[in-house]
Amino acid sequence: MSSNNAVTETSSAIGVVEGESLYDVDHPAPVIEAPRQRTNKTPKATRGNFEMAAWLFMRLSGVVLVVLVIGHLLIQLVLDGGVSKIGFAFVAGRWASPFWQVWDLLMLWLAMLHGANGLRTIINDYAERANTRLWLKGLLYTATVFTILLGSLVIFTFDPNIR
Amino acid sequence: MPAGTLYRGREGMWSWVAHRVTGVLIFFFLFVHVLDTALVRVSPEAYDDTVAIYKTPVVALLEYGLVAAILFHALNGLRVIAVDFWSKGPRYQKQMLWSAVGIWFILMVGALYPVLGHAVREVFGS
Ligand code: HEM
Ligand code: HEM
Repeated sequence: MSSNNAVTETSSAIGVVEGESLYDVDHPAPVIEAPRQRTNKTPKATRGNFEMAAWLFMRLSGVVLVVLVIGHLLIQLVLDGGVSKIGFAFVAGRWASPFWQVWDLLMLWLAMLHGANGLRTIINDYAERANTRLWLKGLLYTATVFTILLGSLVIFTFDPNIR
Repeated sequence: MPAGTLYRGREGMWSWVAHRVTGVLIFFFLFVHVLDTALVRVSPEAYDDTVAIYKTPVVALLEYGLVAAILFHALNGLRVIAVDFWSKGPRYQKQMLWSAVGIWFILMVGALYPVLGHAVREVFGS
């Protein structure tokens, strides 16, 4: 960091010991090829931007989930008698409104995808054998798809006059 | 785990551990929660009988724990986002952690009566 503040000449990496530079405008230095030259056979990128998209998604969904989940907890556990008021009739009243249907649907999808992606990271961190990772992720993705489909189905097909 | 590589971080490490543990807890709760809500498609009785479990005193304590986990995960999550996107975030990460813990504590005191009140009335009579 601060070991070479005596050296002010930075244009030549050779330094004074070697004397004058061998190269100038009339005798240019040879071009050094990049270690792995890109050709038109090289793929555009060796991997996509999936991890970056996942990183960004965790933050965007997190901000939205603060409103959705904390609002949900206020309604279910704090306002209007707290947990005591919950029952089939209460749910029927809430899902009569498209606003709360959309709220719950969005909360379901975002929380499940956010949580599943978080668990994917955790599996990658702790499961050291490739086979273990494969099985755990298979289980995780199965449970996630199942839960999202079931929850969406329940919201869309809810029937207040089931009996 | 390889031996001798225990990372001894400070507040930042423990907030990360807590963020991870709460995230996993919430995810598992959500899985069960979608299953119990799905009982509205079975019958009103099946749903009401199951939701009755949520109203027992012991489960009320678990709900208080769930609220604690969510509030911590949410507040600390906002801090992580601020560290990543706000230019001064990394410099104030420690102050933001203690602010989050302070807000969390106040909200948890505020949640005591709404979340646990009915359980106290049930146990001690009203
Ligand atoms: C309430 C609003 C929420 C906010 C602001 C939030 C924020 C975040 C952020 C920013 C991360 C990324 C941390 C990192 O990359 O280091 C994260 C990770 C995670 N979140 Fe959330 N989250 C919220 C709700 C949830 C919910 C509802 C669940 C469960 C369904 C959940 C489960 C997880 C998990 C499992 C991780 C991975 C933890 C890790 O890798 O250590 N979060 N959260
Ligand atoms: C103990 C605390 C909680 C109680 C008492 C509770 C109660 C309820 C109730 C009564 C419903 C039915 C629909 C409605 O009224 O909106 C519901 C649905 C839902 N809740 Fe909660 N909730 C709690 C915590 C949470 C948490 C922490 C999350 C998110 C991480 C969550 C996510 C959802 C979702 C996604 C649905 C829609 C389910 C579906 O699509 O079938 N809930 N909850």
